[in-house]
Amino acid sequence: MKGFASIAWREVRIAWTGGGLWLPIVFYLAVATLFPFVTGPDKALLARVGGSILWIAALLASLLPIERLVLPDRQSGVLDQLVLRGWADEWIAVAKIAGHIIGFGIPLLLATPIAIALLGVPDGKAMTLILGLALALPAFAGLGVTIASLTAGLNGASALGGLLLVPLAIPILIFGAGTLDDGPNAALQLLAATSLAMTALSPFAAGAALRAARD
Amino acid sequence: MPDSQAASPSIVLNRVAIIRGGRVILRDFDLEVESGELIWVRGANGSGKSTLFRALSGLLGVASGTLMCTATVALCDDNLALDLDQPLEKAVRFWTDLDGINPARLETALEALDLVSLAELPVRLLSAGQKRRGALARLLAGDAPIWLLDEPYNGLDQANVARLDAALARHCEQGGIALVASHIAPTVNVTRSIVIDRPRAEMAA
Repeated sequence: MKGFASIAWREVRIAWTGGGLWLPIVFYLAVATLFPFVTGPDKALLARVGGSILWIAALLASLLPIERLVLPDRQSGVLDQLVLRGWADEWIAVAKIAGHIIGFGIPLLLATPIAIALLGVPDGKAMTLILGLALALPAFAGLGVTIASLTAGLNGASALGGLLLVPLAIPILIFGAGTLDDGPNAALQLLAATSLAMTALSPFAAGAALRAARD
Repeated sequence: MPDSQAASPSIVLNRVAIIRGGRVILRDFDLEVESGELIWVRGANGSGKSTLFRALSGLLGVASGTLMCTATVALCDDNLALDLDQPLEKAVRFWTDLDGINPARLETALEALDLVSLAELPVRLLSAGQKRRGALARLLAGDAPIWLLDEPYNGLDQANVARLDAALARHCEQGGIALVASHIAPTVNVTRSIVIDRPRAEMAA
């Protein structure tokens, strides 16, 4: 599995050196900074909806790197050379997802406490929010790589990607925002289950898309 | 080199047809290549040379017929698959490490193509010919007995054409197979040349 690690690490390197490290975080923090200006400095309102806003911001931020996830590798022949070496498209997708979790998910998670402070999310919910996002990030990465594989090379790939992501991400958002509800519920468990299912299925979807696009 | 493989490499294509994008690119195509052969693949633009190579690499399925390569295949085509932001040596090294190749072999390959002085330069700063040599270094360093080179001379100056041809000759002497698709003839003795002439404007049923 030495090869797998170096393929995944290459993804992380590209994410961190290609400006990809800062772009999603800046976007995420921009939303967190701008939102209070729009709603007014109503602390109670921000405390109530701040967590949900961060969920949407995290989801939309995960769309930003989609165009560089698969397309450059297809155009430069990296995917061909990997397939030539006997790597199944599914494994390539797993490596890309793993690389995306580390390259994108971890920085996003690290930026979350700052965003929490900017929006004044109450302490009681802050930990739940971070835990929930950590649980959802593998699913976001899986969806991101799947959508990137499906849309690579198409005109308007990013617009199409946004359109594709919305329905697929709804279960995650419902349970994710549900974890922030007052009172006991099983949203965190459901979020974990949904995220697990999506993360586990996405390599197959992404792999099929990569294979179908090769000619 | 190829002697690491027990069986000698060979390629056998029997009545192969390839359909790409709804068009018949090759039909009833037969080819037998044995160990040590250097084959010059000729044909007009769009006649299907690259398609043949992609099929031989397993990147493209055949519509009918049988295709068999008995050894590992290495492909060097227009898509160089070298990370532009990386220094040349590191970019090639990514692949040789993936293949489990000893770094000393990569050094030898870089020397053979006169790339040692460029090893530390980022790939994006290299000229087309230098990038091409980087991709060829990956091929030279690797241990695949079957080489598929699609227009390998593009961008190469005369000295480097000679270096590549010397490497091709060495590879075939050691029992490897090389297929070279090119519009100019290799300067070393080719075993034979094949011409691909595809049935024009024929659509797949």
